[in-house]
Amino acid sequence: MDRFRMIFQYFQSNSESVMNGICGLLALASVKMYTSFDFSCPCLPQYNMAYGLGIMFVPPVILLLCGLILNRQSVLMLEEWRRPPGRRKKDLAVIRYMCSSIMQRAMVAPVVWIVVTLLDGKCLICAFSASMDPEKFAGFANVSTVQVQQLLAKVPCRDDELMTNNTSRKAVSRYLRCWSQALGWSILLILIIAAFLARWLRPCFNQATLLQARHWSNYIDIEQKIFEETCCEHSRLFAHKCILHFFESMRQEIKLHSFSLPREGEGAEAEEDLLRGITDQDQVNKLLKTWYYEKPPLDVS
Amino acid sequence: MDKFRMIFQFFQSNQESFMNGICGIMALASTQMYSAFDFNCPCLPLYNLAYGLGILLVPPFILFLLGFVLNNNISMLAEEWRRPQGQRGKDPAVLRYMFCSMAQRAMIAPAVWVSVTLLDGKCITCAFCTSVPVETLGNASHPLLSQGEIQRVLARIPCKEIYNGQQLIANEVAVRYLRCISQALGWCFVLLMTTLAFLVRSLRPCFSQAAFLKSRYWSHYIDIERKLFDETCAEHARSFAKVCIQQFFEGMSTDLVAARCHLPRKAPVDAEEAAEKLLGITDRGTMNTVLKSWHRCKPPLHLHPPALPTGNGWAGEGQPPTHPSAPRRETAAYYSSV
Repeated sequence: MDRFRMIFQYFQSNSESVMNGICGLLALASVKMYTSFDFSCPCLPQYNMAYGLGIMFVPPVILLLCGLILNRQSVLMLEEWRRPPGRRKKDLAVIRYMCSSIMQRAMVAPVVWIVVTLLDGKCLICAFSASMDPEKFAGFANVSTVQVQQLLAKVPCRDDELMTNNTSRKAVSRYLRCWSQALGWSILLILIIAAFLARWLRPCFNQATLLQARHWSNYIDIEQKIFEETCCEHSRLFAHKCILHFFESMRQEIKLHSFSLPREGEGAEAEEDLLRGITDQDQVNKLLKTWYYEKPPLDVS
Repeated sequence: MDKFRMIFQFFQSNQESFMNGICGIMALASTQMYSAFDFNCPCLPLYNLAYGLGILLVPPFILFLLGFVLNNNISMLAEEWRRPQGQRGKDPAVLRYMFCSMAQRAMIAPAVWVSVTLLDGKCITCAFCTSVPVETLGNASHPLLSQGEIQRVLARIPCKEIYNGQQLIANEVAVRYLRCISQALGWCFVLLMTTLAFLVRSLRPCFSQAAFLKSRYWSHYIDIERKLFDETCAEHARSFAKVCIQQFFEGMSTDLVAARCHLPRKAPVDAEEAAEKLLGITDRGTMNTVLKSWHRCKPPLHLHPPALPTGNGWAGEGQPPTHPSAPRRETAAYYSSV
């Protein structure tokens, strides 16, 4: 448990680490999902392509949306984008930076799914076996057109009675799998080259702007956290005071018990300071509304 | 658990140790990837060579680039390379050291993949089965087979279940032959890599060891300086946010015309501390200027109070002040004692 807590603390140390951790977990989850999914090609002419391509593209969309949902920064970015300027100007560079970092992290799990699918080959074999040219394969060359479609559609199903021990089936399967694996490796190569170039070339363009955008996006995150903590603290004290007032107002009616409220003068004063003069529901509502509509300027001099 | 914590802290202690850890993990990941990958030779004449060599060479290239991408030092290197000179000179030896150390670590996972692939033998068998010397190993005088047919038959060697050329050349003979060559290549490759690594490590102190020590020191320094700058900025942002929110609440409470509204009698202690930590940087424009100057004009590596250009002889020279003046004298002493 200690080990887990240490790893957890390391990742919690800042938002970026947390997001990298989530991104890695989603990638592992997508590999696990693929291996535990029971792929079952329908082996019928029209259904094969829909099933194969569906399995290849629908889960990545789901994983992309999960990556966006689980990332706290996406809500922050939307808030920062849509808020009224108020007394604090909006900086589009910061919003762009946040958007690009969110999208990069969210894209990792879908790409992992697609690459693993292609390297495994089952999806492509299922989707494209019916589109093969029968002339290339000895076992299918002399069959009538209607039947050949049906036969080719059955290629992904090894257990089908027509397909067991059929060498042409194995030839089609091998051919498609080879293309699928080549496509998978090529996609991986292109993406890695793009990532490498992006990392290498980024400091060549506008490094100062990048430092600023990164700093202010981190600031927005910290500010939101501290605001929520302050509000939590305020609401705790508010509730405490509210309940104390309620008990005090009930005190007159309680005559049977020798009831004295624990009230330290110093403590009550310190708490009132922490309440910062905001002591009723309307005031709290106004404060929260102003926080959204009119963020304070970035100037504490 | 203590042991694990110590190991974890050791790897975190500096970027190089951390990168060694990542490098080891990637080497393990590359063996795992190879065993999980379902090698599937197409058994067709031209496709075999493309597939076999592709599997032998493309994943190592991907792993090499991945080693660079995962290494945080790469953006540090590019930044150090592209930054304007400002008040701090640039030392190409440091850049070369950083690049070499990154490249060495990135080469390990690809070398592991290539070795494992060659020692396993499937890739070479698939790629070169059509070049098997039929005259020496089989029956070259088999009649009625054109060159193209022979090629097609040989291409099926890796796929035992469809191989139909037992009279031409026995499948086991061809596979054994190719696998033997592949394993010999694999062992030679491992020997070569290990010898190179050994030579690099043992011969390096013979060549400009002092310059090497300097480069290593300053590359660690750049790494630590960047980390500390990021931490200081984060600390500043936290204090800024605290004071900003405190002032926001105060502003709201003065605006609110409510029956029992009153100003707080004293600011909470932690807000005062936070204000002190702001180091005088109290608005967005100033912070932006600080960040821009950090990139455009890094401070000189000179911790004494800045001397006037006319007062101090060497500070006014054209020579970039890469090293502080006091250690410079110490460096001369080091040379003379050696």
